[in-house]
Amino acid sequence: MTLAAIAAGIIWWLLPQAPPASWTEPEVEMLESLWIANLKPLPSDPTNAVADNLAAARFGQRLFFDRRLSANGAISCATCHQPERRFTDGLPKGQAIGASKRNTPSIVGVAYSPWLYWDGRRDSLWSQALSPLEDSNEHGSNRSHIVRLIAADPSYSEMYALLFGDLPESDSVDRAFANIGKSIAAYERLLMPGPAKFDRYVATVVAGDETSQQEVFSEDEIRGLRLFIGEANCTQCHNGPLLSNHEFHNTGVIAFPGEVPDKGRVAGIREVLAHPFSCTGTYSDDPGRDCAELKFARTGPELIGAMRTPSLRNLENTGPFMHKGQIETLAQVLQHYNKALPAMIGHNEVKPLGLSGRELRQLEAFLLTLAAPLATADQWLRPPLHDPAEIAVDQAGGNALAESIVTTESL
Amino acid sequence: MSTRRCKVFGTLVLLGFVLSGTAHGAEDSYWLSDRQIYKLVYTSALEPPEINRIHEWLLHIETITGDVVENAEVTVDGGMPLHNHGLPTRPRVTEYLGNGNYRVEGVRFHMHGQWEILITIKAGDIADSVTIPLQL
Repeated sequence: MTLAAIAAGIIWWLLPQAPPASWTEPEVEMLESLWIANLKPLPSDPTNAVADNLAAARFGQRLFFDRRLSANGAISCATCHQPERRFTDGLPKGQAIGASKRNTPSIVGVAYSPWLYWDGRRDSLWSQALSPLEDSNEHGSNRSHIVRLIAADPSYSEMYALLFGDLPESDSVDRAFANIGKSIAAYERLLMPGPAKFDRYVATVVAGDETSQQEVFSEDEIRGLRLFIGEANCTQCHNGPLLSNHEFHNTGVIAFPGEVPDKGRVAGIREVLAHPFSCTGTYSDDPGRDCAELKFARTGPELIGAMRTPSLRNLENTGPFMHKGQIETLAQVLQHYNKALPAMIGHNEVKPLGLSGRELRQLEAFLLTLAAPLATADQWLRPPLHDPAEIAVDQAGGNALAESIVTTESL
Repeated sequence: MSTRRCKVFGTLVLLGFVLSGTAHGAEDSYWLSDRQIYKLVYTSALEPPEINRIHEWLLHIETITGDVVENAEVTVDGGMPLHNHGLPTRPRVTEYLGNGNYRVEGVRFHMHGQWEILITIKAGDIADSVTIPLQL
């Protein structure tokens, strides 16, 4: 009897599955909603007057790669945010002067998120960029040292003056420090994901070209995609063209070995509401103080253990995964959601998927189709060459985003 | 649930109220509160509705007999009943615009699916609530 059951299982496993069915109209709508061709232009950041300034982006790029900003002269932003790993580091938790508390998230496309960090404890790219500089485990530096460095470096002080006025006339070290963050943010806003095989597939679906659909995606990838938008419920959180709702969810990820569970967003929201570099703070450039995301942010026990949804467009070469790198491989991530065990703190929002091993492999096959080069030109993905001619061009003004994007094949 | 939508006929009517400063037209399309005390019309600044974008709603509130409801205490909440979670934001009325019109800021949805928005209205001592289903 047992042998018969095993034999039946093997035969079932070996039998080819029926070809995937055509997409229904609601499914096509869902696919279009995930298509990178429908990614809206990057929203402006009213809190940062130089957010889209090319000169600021060039200044920010130099700061991003400059190790002199750290206490020991050995750490830059790029120590953990490595361009060749989609601006991650391949470690469970970041390692700079000391060990960071959490996994280094990718910063590709993160300019679309109203919240930064896994727990959303900052509400702008520029305020986030400042925190590692003064974190004793990261750059280990302080704002006075960094502002003095800018003043002492003729090239930096020239770039700073072009954007913000002469340093000695700035009203305070805090103001100058905020301006440094705003320049780094202008650079980070250029880091955008490019179209993936998945996007080419959606283009064929939208065009109604079934022959090309089968050329672009394998049957397993199609089935994986159907699971992704259907039974596996992935699009509840991984939605929109960046495959992230930029919100906070407790998905029952176990604590890092030897640590108590991370409180996540419930602590992050408290911190950002009180932070001097927030949207409502003195150093924001938003004269109207719109700050809707901050003013109407939710707090409360629902957010215990909740972490920000990462974009799935940054899956390739960015493991280990989750907020402390607790899960090493993509296959293990899918197993995690398939079991959905109770959370150690708070409430696991995920219900067990109950997918078969074959379905999990199909889902993984689909997820791998999201891999793609960045849409950002190579010149921004390496330490900058110091070229005075570039600075002279920048003085004439220019939109950073328009200058940054490489030409990609038409969708 | 006694809340029901009456004579669905386009919520753009509310824009007319705000611009004209009159309450006429509320008969065309409204939501009725649970105890049938208030009528409510809402207009979303995002039409059609969209996920992951924070936006405003405008509410127009009248009594069942057609009198505009002035300076009521109005609260807004909601969530996804099937998922047992609330809104990702905490929207609230930020301004009374006159003629029974209220500005709600901070509305955002972060998932596709069936949502419910719960609006409670308290004018004087009389409180009632309206539940609006939304499919995103």
